Amino acid sequence: MKKAHWREWAFQAVALMAMVFTIGVLITLIVDVCMDGLLRLNWQFLTSFPSRKPAEAGILAALVGSACMIALTALFALPLGVGSAIYLEEYAPKNWLSQIIEVNIANLAGVPSIIYGLLGLEVFVRNMHMGRSLLAGGATMALLVLPMIIISSREAIRAVPPSIREASYALGATRWKTIRHQVLPLALPGILTGTILALSRAIGEAAPLITIGALTYVAFLPDSPLSPFTALPIQIFNWTSRPQKGFLTDAAAGIIVLLIVLLFMNAIAIWLRNRYQRKLY
Amino acid sequence: MYPLTSPKVLPRFTEGPRSNTMLERANKALTEKKEVGPITEVNLKEIETVDLSVYYGDNKALKGVSLPFYQKYVTAIIGPSGCGKSTLIKAINRVCEITAKIKVEGHILFKGKDVYDKDVDVVELRRRVGMVFQKPNPFPKSIYDNVAFGPRLHNRLNKSSLNDIVEKSIRKAALWGEVKDRLHVNALQLSGGQQQRLCIARALAVDPEVILMDEPCSALDPIATAKIEELITELKEDYTVVIVTHNMQQAARVSDYTAFLLLGQLMEFGDTSTLFTNPKDKATEDYITGRFG
Repeated sequence: MKKAHWREWAFQAVALMAMVFTIGVLITLIVDVCMDGLLRLNWQFLTSFPSRKPAEAGILAALVGSACMIALTALFALPLGVGSAIYLEEYAPKNWLSQIIEVNIANLAGVPSIIYGLLGLEVFVRNMHMGRSLLAGGATMALLVLPMIIISSREAIRAVPPSIREASYALGATRWKTIRHQVLPLALPGILTGTILALSRAIGEAAPLITIGALTYVAFLPDSPLSPFTALPIQIFNWTSRPQKGFLTDAAAGIIVLLIVLLFMNAIAIWLRNRYQRKLY
Repeated sequence: MYPLTSPKVLPRFTEGPRSNTMLERANKALTEKKEVGPITEVNLKEIETVDLSVYYGDNKALKGVSLPFYQKYVTAIIGPSGCGKSTLIKAINRVCEITAKIKVEGHILFKGKDVYDKDVDVVELRRRVGMVFQKPNPFPKSIYDNVAFGPRLHNRLNKSSLNDIVEKSIRKAALWGEVKDRLHVNALQLSGGQQQRLCIARALAVDPEVILMDEPCSALDPIATAKIEELITELKEDYTVVIVTHNMQQAARVSDYTAFLLLGQLMEFGDTSTLFTNPKDKATEDYITGRFG
């Protein structure tokens, strides 16, 4: 009895230490970055283009580039992802083929992002002649987030109780009307939450963009989807590889901006989830 | 043209004022259609299953059930769990196809037409054969939208006629007094019994001819149950009702005919009072006297 009690205590302590370690790493990271970069973060930094002088450099082109690219990514990935999820959940027969597709979508979600970069380089940049443009970047990122959007959308659709579908069909609703009027409205918060979380992963990705050749020194704002661009992680990567100390400060400030963007997107996702989390029974 | 005066098969039809209206209507129909021949039992069967077997994979859930459901009467289906009661009524409006792969042998005739024929429009079938489920399952929308969903599917309606249908349906489901001031409140805020009556209103809103009820009171308290039972008695004025129930008192209270199923087979079918007071089958007697089940 006493021994059992001791084990109980020990296990709790181990779990607590694991948690403290994890949080500790995160806090160290944030504190370290803030100490380096917080003072550098000002209006000038946010509204300036890159420069050879660290003190005059800014993140404007990267911030706008990232925002435009993510918007394009969402534009491509959301309809494709939700469409695939609806097909797989509501229409596809449950057989070995759909099982294989299901397993492979899960596998695709685990493929390293640089592979998507290579694919994007070959397909979008070269074969489709998009060049090193925002469009190519958005399309490549769409490939990257697509499996995640499909998986989270399927989960959201599956969470709609079967009794709702039954009730709808029993009233003589067709499959399309059941999906349109009953399933999708209930699944939408889950779909949006999953999509935003997937996009927030995409916004922090550097590897695929480097592969497709996004520029690192861009002194203009993108004016069309075919315009060259840079993105936050690339700008940060570029600054950290410079010899001057001042650029390291710029990189830290850039990381803070990126973190704020990420936290903001995740906050929207959480807000959406809580706002629309309706009781179904 | 043979005016119907003494039906032999179903003595009930001559009893009471309701039966008279039925006879009048039947005779009127005959006059209009200039059809020759007496009305037999067949004319009054809204639905009939003929040697119906239903398989879930290799599992045979129903074994050759032949059963009539008479127009504007309440037929109860009783039997222990797993006897195929739910499968039977879910097969009638083909709702069982939605969630499971099934194989059907034999026939289910609705107004003489096999509902599993290739040319049957399932949407129209389900509109005409409504269903109320075991657990109240209102859509997580407003009370109004719950009832209006069906009519909106089938017709383009202007606001006032839609309002009329919604009010009429909720009134028929004996819920109007409780919800008329809060039609735009989410239906999930209603109590379980109210939700179930809302589901009945929702089913009535598409103007069905038959209402199938799959243990509609099993999730409700006795007071809510009493209200639904009262409602069922009112509904048979206009609709053919089929109710699956676990509760034998309920079957005795609300139904005109009762079918007893056991392990997928029809053991006995008959007039409710006869079946409960003088069962012909030994298994039926054992079940209704509570010796098993």
